[in-house]
Order: sequence, then C-alpha cells, then structure tokens
Amino acid sequence: MTGNDTMKTFLETVLAEADYQPVRLLKILRAVQAQYRHIPATAIDFLSDKLNIPRTQIIAVVEFYSFLHATPQGRYDLLFSDSITDRMQNKESLLAYAAEILKVRVGEVRKDELVSLNNTSCTGMCDQGPAGLVNGYPLPRLDRPKIDTIAALIEQEIPLDDWPAELFQVEETIYKPGLLLTQPFSNGDAIKATFNRGLTETLAEVDLSNLRGRGGAGFKTALKWRTCAIQAATPRYVICNADEGEPGTYKDRMLLNLYADQVFEGMTLCAAIIGSTQGLVYLRAEYLFLYEKLQNVLQNRRDQGLLGTTILGQAGFDFDIEIRMGAGAYICGEASAQIESLEGKPGIPRTKPPNSVICGYLRKPTVVDNVETFFATTHIAIKGGQWFADVGTPQSTGSKLLSISGDCARPGIYEYPFGTRISEILSDCGAEEVMGVQIGGPSGTFISNRELERTLAFEDLSSAGSFMVFNHTRNIFDVVQNFTDFFAHESCGFCAPCRVGTSLLKNQLNKIIDGHGSAVDMEKLSEICMVVKNFSHCGLGETAANPILTTLASYPELYLEQLKRSGFSPGFNLDATLAIARQLTQRDDSGAHLSQQVEN
Amino acid sequence: MSGTLTIDDQTIPFTDGQTIIEAARTAGVYIPHLCHRPGYTPHGSCKLCTVKVNGRTCSACTFPAAEGQKVVNNSEELQEARLRITQMLFVEGNHFCPTCEKSGNCELQAVGYHLNMLDSHFPHFYAHRKVDASHPDILIDHNRCIFCNLCVRASRESDGKDVFGIAGRGIHKRLIINSPTGQLKDSNISVEDSAVQVCPTGAILVKRTGYKTPIGGRIYDQHPISTIACKKRETDSTG
Ligand SMILES: Cc1cc2nc3c(=O)[nH]c(=O)nc-3n(C[C@H](O)[C@H](O)[C@H](O)COP(=O)(O)O)c2cc1C
Ligand code: SF4
Ligand code: SF4
Ligand code: FES
Ligand code: FES
Repeated sequence: MTGNDTMKTFLETVLAEADYQPVRLLKILRAVQAQYRHIPATAIDFLSDKLNIPRTQIIAVVEFYSFLHATPQGRYDLLFSDSITDRMQNKESLLAYAAEILKVRVGEVRKDELVSLNNTSCTGMCDQGPAGLVNGYPLPRLDRPKIDTIAALIEQEIPLDDWPAELFQVEETIYKPGLLLTQPFSNGDAIKATFNRGLTETLAEVDLSNLRGRGGAGFKTALKWRTCAIQAATPRYVICNADEGEPGTYKDRMLLNLYADQVFEGMTLCAAIIGSTQGLVYLRAEYLFLYEKLQNVLQNRRDQGLLGTTILGQAGFDFDIEIRMGAGAYICGEASAQIESLEGKPGIPRTKPPNSVICGYLRKPTVVDNVETFFATTHIAIKGGQWFADVGTPQSTGSKLLSISGDCARPGIYEYPFGTRISEILSDCGAEEVMGVQIGGPSGTFISNRELERTLAFEDLSSAGSFMVFNHTRNIFDVVQNFTDFFAHESCGFCAPCRVGTSLLKNQLNKIIDGHGSAVDMEKLSEICMVVKNFSHCGLGETAANPILTTLASYPELYLEQLKRSGFSPGFNLDATLAIARQLTQRDDSGAHLSQQVEN
Repeated sequence: MSGTLTIDDQTIPFTDGQTIIEAARTAGVYIPHLCHRPGYTPHGSCKLCTVKVNGRTCSACTFPAAEGQKVVNNSEELQEARLRITQMLFVEGNHFCPTCEKSGNCELQAVGYHLNMLDSHFPHFYAHRKVDASHPDILIDHNRCIFCNLCVRASRESDGKDVFGIAGRGIHKRLIINSPTGQLKDSNISVEDSAVQVCPTGAILVKRTGYKTPIGGRIYDQHPISTIACKKRETDSTG
C-alpha cells in the first residue's frame, strides 16, 4: 500500500469510530494528530469530502486549537506549563535546561523530528508544578533529574507506555474537606432521592438552596434548569463544562479524579429535571490522563442501571453521557464557545441573545454547568436545599472549592463556606509574608496585603477555584505580564477590541515594564484597558485587562516607579490617569490613589 | 409586532425581527459599522456599532430592537471608543491609503474620517501578510483584511459557494481560500460573485478596474459615510 492508501484506511477507521459525524471533528483530528503528528493537507481534503464540510472549516479548526498542528511535531511533543506559579518554581530554567540537553529550541521541532519543545498555557497541575505534558500526558513536579530521565527515554525512543509510571503520577491533596467533600454517598442516592421527592419538588430544592454556578459567572442554577425545562424544543442537552482553563484552577480535576460518580449523578438528575436524554462532558485536552478512567466510571454506571434506558427502573427515563475532549483553547470554557467546539468548529463565542439555554448545542435548549455545580446538586438532591442554604452568605450560599497554589506551605484543595476571610485561608495553607493574592485566576482580582480581610463571596471576591499566593520576594510585574500574555495568546480573535487590544496591551505593558514608558504610555495603557474591557464580545475580553487594572489599583506606586526610570514629566497628573483603573475596578479608597508628590 | 424606540432622544419605529442597526438605518440614523451589511446574517465582530441599550452595552447589528428601548448612539464615550477600535484595525493590518486602489470607496477609511481619525494612535504591528494575485480577474491583498467576515457570508449566503473562511486564533487570524492549493485561482469563485463586491476595504479587488473613477470623485470623497450608509438598499453591494 502507498502512504496515501494507508492514510485513507486509517482515516476511514477514525471516521467510523466517530460515526462520520462532523460534530466529532475534534475527536477525528485529535486522532489524526496523534497518528501523523500533524494534520496533513491530504487528510484535510479527504475529511472534507467524507464529512461533507468545507475544507476551510477544518483548516480553521486546526489553526484554532493549540494541540492541533499544520506541520509535524516531534514524536515526543514536550510542553511546559507556562503559568506564573510554574515560573515561580523555576520553570524557565528547567525549560532552558530541557532545550539544552535535548538540543532543540523552544517552539521548534528537532531536525530528526524525534522531539519538539514548547510552552503551553496552565495545565492545571498548579499544586504540583512545574508541570509538563508529553504527547498530552501530564508530567508533574519536574526537576532537573526528571528532565534527565525524560531526555534519556526520548533519546532511546522508549514508547510512552514503557516510561516509569511515577513520572506521570498526579496527586490529589485535599487539605480541608468541607460541606460537600465530607458527605457520604452511594451510587444512585441522588437519583433515587430525586424521583422519590418528585422532579418539580427537587428543582424547588435546588431553587431553595440558592446554588449559583461554580464556573465563574455565578448564575442561579435552578433558574437555568427551569428555563431549559420549559422550552418547547427537543431534544435538550446537558453539558458538563470540564474545560477548567483558568490558570490556577484544578478543583475540577480533583472532582473528576475522585468524585466522578457524584458529578455524573448531578448531570443525570439535571437530565431528569429538564427532560434530556443526552449528556456531554467537555474535558480539557490537558486532562487526557482522566479519559480512560472516566470512561470506566461511565461504563460502571451503565452496568448499575444508572445510565442508559429506564434508569433505576423509571419508565421513560433514558440518559447517557459522552465524553468529548478539547484540543487546547481557554476560550472553550466559555459556554457558547464550548458548544461551537462540540459542534466541530473553532471555539468562537456566539452572539447573545439567544442564550444557550434556549438555543445551545445543535441549536437546541442546553444546560451548560460547571463540574462543581453538578457535584453540588447531587448533594442538594439528597440533603435538600435548606441544608445548603444554611451555609455561606445569603447571596452566596454553600461552600466553594479552592485550588490553592503559589507561595504557601500546603498547596492543594480546600473547601470553605462562602464568606470566609482571605486571611483565614492564607493561614490555613501556610502562606507567609504575603505581597498579594490573585483570586479567581487572571480573569479575577488581584488584592494586596492591605485587603486580606475581604471575603470569598460572589458579592466580594469571587473565584471559580483559582487562588494564587505571592509573597514579598515576587515581582508584581512578572505576574501581570504572565497573565496579560496569557489573554493575548488565548483571545479567540473574533472581535476587534479583544483580538487587537489584548496584543496591544501585551506590548504596551512590556514597554512600561522595560522602563521605556512615559506618563503618556500609562494613559494609553489605561485607555486600551477600557476599550478591551467595555467593548469586547465575551467574558475573555471583558476580563483580559483585569490583571493590569487590579494591580494598578492595588499598587499604583509600583507602576509609577517604572515610569520614573525614564524621564518622568512631573507636570503630568499620574493620579488622574489612574481614574480609569479606579472606575473599572470600582475602587476609590486611598490605596488606589497616588498620594505622594512626584519628585523629579 | 412593531413599535418604537429612541436613539439619542429621536423616536424611531421598528418592525418585528429588526435589529437596532437596521431600525436605525431605515429611519436614516447612522450607527457606525464595518462587519454589517443589510441582507447578510449579522456577525457582531468589529464592535464599531456598539451602543448602550437601557444602559447596557450591546452590538446594534445583532441586538434585537424592542419596544421602548432607550439607545445611546452618539455619546462622546462611544465615539471615542469607536475611534480607538478603528485605529486598532488600522494598526493590525497594513493600510497605505494613499496608494490603495480602494481609497475613497473604502469603508474603513470612511469610518476613520467620520470619527475624525487623524493618526493611528497605537504602534503598528507591521504584520507579514501576502498578496494573492493568482486569479486572472480578482486580487486579494491580505494586508487590508479586517476580518469582517463579509466575504465569507456573501460567498455562502448569496453565491451558494464557500470560497472564503477565517482561520487562526487571536492576532494570528487570517483569511483562507477554499481551494486545494489555498490560492484563489483554484477556487470556484467568479468575478460576478457577491463575495467579490462585498469587501468594505481594499482586500478584495477586481483586476483591471482600478482608477476608473478618479480619486476625488469616489463615493466617500463626495458624501460622508453617515449619509451613504443609510441610503443603501438590502444587499446592495456597491461599497
Ligand atoms: C473565557 C471564559 C472561560 C471560561 N471557562 C470556564 C471553565 O473552564 N469552566 C467553567 O465551568 N466555566 C467557564 N466559564 C464560564 C462559562 O461560560 C459558564 O458560565 C459556566 O460553565 C456555566 O456553568 P455554571 O453556571 O455551573 O457556573 C468561562 C467563561 C469565560 C468567559
Ligand atoms: S472577547 Fe476575545 S475571546 Fe471573546 S469573542 Fe472577542 S476576541 Fe474572542
Ligand atoms: S477580505 Fe474583505 S470582506 Fe473578507 S474578511 Fe477581509 S475585509 Fe472582510
Ligand atoms: S457592525 Fe456590529 S459588530 Fe461590526
Ligand atoms: S484605503 Fe486602502 S484599505 Fe481602505
């Protein structure tokens, strides 16, 4: 057989596994990438023909996702997680070391195509960094000896399956289990409770619990479910958002690794309530190591009558769950972008209205909820809404899982009632000499050590799980720069303000950090922040300026110092240029003002 | 259903299913836009048409008109942001208006005039973009593409083809051609296609028609875009 014929046979197999469905394009392309280390042009033409979709769609998908490539990558594709917490654990020097001993430059493929090396956005191993990925599988806690081992395995061309298992050992460390993590649970408990109580009554309990979505936006879960349930259109879909791309977030990883049954059970009771037969889990590419395990959990549940037809003997209740993998794109955590991705397209957020609840997957009513949200509903279905509502604050009921990373003695998973003070969390995780905390990841809020009495809550500091601690040895600009680069890298590029604005922000910030900025440049920086924040199409753009805005509001004097280095003009009212930052972060306290007189 | 809404204190009617920008255009009110063209599916990507609807920021080209909406269109804040967004589009690509055949007929340039744009304000990216001159009748100058997606939609919705697509992520966006070689000459485009006519900038040009109308006598040399845009009929593709 010629190479082309072999490829066709391979593609036919892959297509058959995907049932020739264009919505499974990512699955198909992931398989092609794994086999050929890129997506060959001939494969694009063949797939376009067989799936009856324009080749432009396939090319657009290939170019959109970080883990799909138009040109061959190394047989060992080695990526280093480039989040700020990896950097704080020496990632830069390890990456340089890997480049040196593997004789390959960062961002390139070695001539013999044995190995390629690059950076990648946060891989969700922030408690066990610095972390990497090899051919999609995680390599936590990297250090020089491990890199030596890895390099030797690569040079000897040892298949990944034969690498020492401890290289891939992901640990789940729960330091503080709370309301939900301590609940007893047996498979089927929540489904039984739901049917015993009644579907409407269970939805009323979810309503009473006042549960708000754990994925970031904090939308009231019961309202979303009810809206979906009353739509006339069918079928309706349940999607579990396991994209977890916000740097510093890894609590969904832990839940899927240790509590998957309770997450799937939440999806199942949601399906019963909204009248759905099909569930999808959108699992981020970085969590490939969980795929097999989750498939087994699903199969077990089918065997136990908890998925499939006539679930737990309930006539007419049929529901099953399919896991679909992402391919490296933070924006696919945004619900409508995720739906686009699930339909085999680039993850570009849709225009609203209509909302996904009304017009979602395949234009049908769809509930998209975070992993932790489904996990919480499982226990609300069992214990009732009041039990949950009794914890937390009136506006933020229940508890929240935090994934803590950065400068602390005990990075790991913590569960707190909403309303807990940041200072208490810091003391629990063993953080000392704190300079600041990033709450909610790059898209969230940076607070200085003057604000540690603020609380974890939707109405104060909200977080989907990310909680990064920085001590006094850290340079705030390393943090801001890393986050700002992240957004420029992850902008989907659909809308002009974010596509161009995030890259402008990156360059403008660099100019100031490099000491080439004048007061006018500060003003320009604030101005770009304003346009990106207020005029972008989706939440990515709306929050992309937050790292700059919130650090500017917390530590304006540090920015000022950067300017002083290069002919700062004292006639300029720098405090006035901070007005935009204050307005956008809704702060007007003394910390957000420059009090000192500028001396020449 | 139909009703009225107000734009900057002017009351205008709308019909059911109309977006704010279409209601406005019908009533002769100009809302700046680049990725919108009457008759094509709204896209909502350039964000130039951003207005405030009852205090909320919305894209007028995608947001449905509804009874009693109070729309702010001409505020200083919005015009300022529109200017900055237009400047962003200018620095993202490579626009040398004085040597561009589209000058005077270019909507990007005309919007710049409308917003009193005097400089590009931001540092240029100096992106490396190519020219595709492979087709006998049509020229693509990628330097001038602003990713408005109009050619993509026109080819699909009006020509029944799928000649164009937009690929890449973030600042690496690029216009791609549906042909085995990626070149325009190997696609099934024809010079009569709406997709060839629809481009708001000089990114898609018909060969051998250059400078038929001298500079000075062109569309936006004669009238500002704010009056031209409101006169346009559905799917009228004359720029
Ligand atoms: C850029 C961006 C990234 C997001 N990433 C995630 C994510 O990784 N996981 C998640 O659950 N929600 C994410 N969201 C929020 C989702 O759009 C959506 O609100 C959420 O999944 C709804 O579920 P919930 O109500 O249970 O929180 C993201 C939003 C944006 C704008
Ligand atoms: S805000 Fe950014 S991520 Fe969101 S649609 Fe616009 S370009 Fe894409
Ligand atoms: S070529 Fe023209 S019409 Fe097509 S996306 Fe670019 S600017 Fe828009
Ligand atoms: S015209 Fe509305 S976003 Fe472009
Ligand atoms: S003047 Fe040349 S692209 Fe507009």
